[in-house]
Amino acid sequence: MTRIALLAVILLLGGCSADWGWYVVNPQTPAGQTNLIFLLGGLKYTILMSVTAIAISVVLGLVVALPGLSSRRGLRMASRGYVELVRAVPVLVLILWVYYGLPQVSGLTIGVFWAGVIALALSDSAFEAEIFRAGIQSIAKGQYEAAYSVSLSHTDTMRFVILPQALRRILPALGNQLVYMLKMSSLVSVIGMQDLTRRANELVVTEYRPLEIYTILVLEYLLLILLVSAGVRWLERRMQTDAQG
Amino acid sequence: MAMDGGQSGGQEIIRFDGVSKFFGDFRALNGVDFTARAGERIVVCGPSGSGKSTLIRCINGLETHDAGKITVDGTALDGGRRALSKVRREVGMVFQQFNLFPHLTVMENLMLGPVRGRGLPEAEARALAMRYLARVRIPEQADKYPRHLSGGQQQRVAIARSLCMEPRIMLFDEPTSALDPEMISEVLDVMVELAQTGMTMVVVTHEMGFARKVADRMVFMDHGEIVETGPPEQVFANPQSRRCRDFLAKILNH
Repeated sequence: MTRIALLAVILLLGGCSADWGWYVVNPQTPAGQTNLIFLLGGLKYTILMSVTAIAISVVLGLVVALPGLSSRRGLRMASRGYVELVRAVPVLVLILWVYYGLPQVSGLTIGVFWAGVIALALSDSAFEAEIFRAGIQSIAKGQYEAAYSVSLSHTDTMRFVILPQALRRILPALGNQLVYMLKMSSLVSVIGMQDLTRRANELVVTEYRPLEIYTILVLEYLLLILLVSAGVRWLERRMQTDAQG
Repeated sequence: MAMDGGQSGGQEIIRFDGVSKFFGDFRALNGVDFTARAGERIVVCGPSGSGKSTLIRCINGLETHDAGKITVDGTALDGGRRALSKVRREVGMVFQQFNLFPHLTVMENLMLGPVRGRGLPEAEARALAMRYLARVRIPEQADKYPRHLSGGQQQRVAIARSLCMEPRIMLFDEPTSALDPEMISEVLDVMVELAQTGMTMVVVTHEMGFARKVADRMVFMDHGEIVETGPPEQVFANPQSRRCRDFLAKILNH
């Protein structure tokens, strides 16, 4: 299967070999080198923005998920409402709204980076909340009962018994969200964030070599995400062996 | 009408007055009166769905009751948090499915309650945990995770975990029902030893050998009611009610 896919890619790229202009990013020429460094320079922003956003969205997601599991109807409704509302807004729309709209409403000046982070984090938090809710609900009732029976408060029960177990179970899903976040961060290029996508766009405008430059862009994201996947898998294995002693 | 304790003459430590409990339309407890005295060992039996688990789960407030009054060690379970945590400090519970914390080692399982629930310093909690692990005869398993232990060992850890809270009352909810037959006796042995220390015990079980050996009193339940109660020799030899007689015939002759 992999071999067939690889062959298809080679044929596809080879088919347009006449127009192939890899010189744009040829590291052996000074111009190509400059272009390559310019493109790769976006990596820093893509990673920084995605990691900051995911960190915020995980915390926010947990904060939203917990009232969703409360026995009080009002709290559950509030959590539900947040999830439904945020989930209904497309990421791109949220980015535009936070960057152009939020400063007017709040009177704050929000830079491109933070506008991107806020929009990505908000958008993702609804999904994180659902993941946490599912994770917490998957823990057997007996775990709560055992914790209560040794006099743990509800807060301690969540902190020491339920959440550590839930976290292990949702780790693959959280890894998924990080991958998703890395990809969605490309949308922040529309408000001028100097991320991978923005830089590719800018270079295409000056070099007129969209095929080569966007192919590089594809490879950049591919590499980044393969690395993240490997990292998540490693973390999963480690937590697994932790629990097995 | 409250029933008197059997041989033990300690003071009253658990009292149910007309307690009822519903799950939807199903009446799990139907106006139950029940008392236990300090040091008394009570075995509760009855067919499945008879309310025996609900009865003991009401004692430490894992189930809330819908009518009647429950008093445990002088504290009325009134639905308030304060009463609940006070009662849970004094009542340990062992579950059918062990319910050990799978992400923690045996030692951590034992220390969590004393440290977070009782506020003991870690060193003290560790010493306490070692003492009770030795008592259930598995001190060498302290650093293992529950999944690496046999069912019998896991249940003994669960008993030690409850004992680390130094409770006045221990509840057992079918503690041997999930065990392979060859592991039942190692758990029952620990329970017999515990009974000899004078612990107040309420045990839901169908292990009639255990009941004969340690129970001061048997309680037979059916349809959410206590149908019959008395010393085991009396209940076994001469059950008063037809339902109890039928039930005993079924579980003793198979």
